[in-house]
Amino acid sequence: MRWLTVFLGIASRELLRFTHQRERFFAALVRPLVWLFIFAAGFRAVLGLSITPPYQTYVLYEVYIVPGLCGMIQLFNGMQSSLSMVYDRETGAMRTLLVSPFPRWFLLGSKLVAGVLVSVIQVYAFLAVAWFWDVRPPAMGYLSVLPALMLSGIMLGSLGLLISSTIRQLENFAGVMNFVIFPMFFASTALYPLWRMRDASPLLHDICAFNPFSHAVELIRFALYLKLEPVALAVVLGCTAIFFGATVFMYNPEKGLWRRR
Amino acid sequence: MSALRVEHVSHRFGRVPALEDVSFDVPKGSFTALLGVNGAGKTTLFSLITRLYDSTSGRIEVAGFDIRRQPRDALARLGVVFQSRALDLDLTLRQNLRYHAALHGIARPDARIDRVLAMVGLSDRLGAKARTLSGGQQRRAEIARALIHEPSLLLLDEAAAGLDARSRQDVLAIVRGLGAQGVSALWATHVFDEIAPDDPVVILHKGRVLAHRPAGNDLTAEFLEMTCAG
Repeated sequence: MRWLTVFLGIASRELLRFTHQRERFFAALVRPLVWLFIFAAGFRAVLGLSITPPYQTYVLYEVYIVPGLCGMIQLFNGMQSSLSMVYDRETGAMRTLLVSPFPRWFLLGSKLVAGVLVSVIQVYAFLAVAWFWDVRPPAMGYLSVLPALMLSGIMLGSLGLLISSTIRQLENFAGVMNFVIFPMFFASTALYPLWRMRDASPLLHDICAFNPFSHAVELIRFALYLKLEPVALAVVLGCTAIFFGATVFMYNPEKGLWRRR
Repeated sequence: MSALRVEHVSHRFGRVPALEDVSFDVPKGSFTALLGVNGAGKTTLFSLITRLYDSTSGRIEVAGFDIRRQPRDALARLGVVFQSRALDLDLTLRQNLRYHAALHGIARPDARIDRVLAMVGLSDRLGAKARTLSGGQQRRAEIARALIHEPSLLLLDEAAAGLDARSRQDVLAIVRGLGAQGVSALWATHVFDEIAPDDPVVILHKGRVLAHRPAGNDLTAEFLEMTCAG
C-alpha cells in the first residue's frame, strides 16, 4: 500500500506538471501533426508503398507513418523527461526524490512510468486528430495499442533516464538532439518500410533493422491493427531491461553517476 | 543514542580527497552547527548522510540505523533542506507537500500538512503556488516539507543563504524550536551570526574536522585562527 502511495504521488506530480505546462502539450501535438499534414501529404505521391504487414491492402502514406509519429511523440517525451531529470538534478528536486526511503530502482521506475502515462495521453490526442484526417485503424486497435504504447514508452523513457545520468550539464543536452533523437527517428521504420531502405542502401537497412526505435514503432503499428509482432516485442523488452538496468547502476549510491561528481 | 553519528568518514572524488576521517555526533534534540567556508566539504558530507552516494570509508548512523546497511530505516528518520531549491514552483504549497508526503508512503497527509504549515507560519498560503511565495516563505515551506514525515533529524544545508535578516531570524527560530519536540538539527553554514554561544559546533575545513565543541563567545576569531593555521 505504501509503495502504491509513492507511485501515485510521483505520477500525480508528473500529471500536474503536465497540465500546468499547456505549451508542452501543444508542442508535443503540433510536431507530429506537421509531419502528418505537410510531410505525408507532400510525399504521398512520391513514396509508393507495397502491401506490408500488418496492412492487408495498399495504404496511404499518411496511414503508414501514423505509428511512427506515435513513436516520435514517445521518443521526444522520453528525451523531455531526460531533460527534466538533468534540470532537477541541477536544482534540488532530484535529491528530494532520491532521499525517499524507498529503493532507488522503484523511485526511478515510478518516475519513468509516470512520464510514459503523460506520453500516452499525448499519443491518444494525436490519434484523435489523425482520425479526422482519415487515418482510422480498427476501433479495437485503440485499445490493443495501449500495452504497446506503454512498453515502447518505457523503453524510450529508460533510454532517456540513462542519457540523463551521463549528462553533467543542461547545456550538453543539445548533443542529445543531434546524436540520439534525430538518428534514432530517421534511421528507423517510422517514415519508410525496411524494404525501401534496402533499395536505397543495404547498410542503412541494417542500421534501421537494429535500431530499437524501429521495433518500438513496429510494435505500435502491429498492435494498432490488432496484431502482435513477436520480434519487436522481444527487442523492446530486452532493450528496456538493458537501458533500465544501466540507469539503476548509474544512480546506485555505491557506484555510477553521483559518486563521480 | 545520538540523532546522528559520523565515524571516521572519508570520501574521495577520484583522486581528490573531499573528506578525511570526519567524526562527530549530533545529540538528540540539539541544534548543532556545521561551520565551514565554501568548499569545506559540508555539501559532500550532507550527500553522504542522505546516501546520495556512499562514502569511501567510515560509518554513518541516523537514529542508530546504518545509512549503508539500513538505508530505509535511516532515511525515514531524516528530513533534508538542501542548499538549492527543491519546491516545484508551478505547484501549490499543498500539492508540493502532498508529493513529498507520498515519497514517504504517507497516503492521507492533510492533517500533517496543516500541522507543519502551522509550525512554520504558512497556514494561510496553503493554496498559493510556490512561485508566489517570497524567498523566506519558500525556505519555511522547504522546512515544512522536510518535517512532513516526522523525522528525528533535520539536515539544513545553508538554509538561510540569500535571505534578508528578518527571514533568516524567522527560519532560525523555527529550527531552534524543533528541539523541544525532540527533533535534532544539523545546520550547515558559513555565517557566524547564525550560531549562538551555547550551540555545539563542528568546524569543518578542507574536509577535516578542526573542532567539535560549544561555539563560545569568540567563535569568529577562533575560527580564523584555526583555519589560517590549518
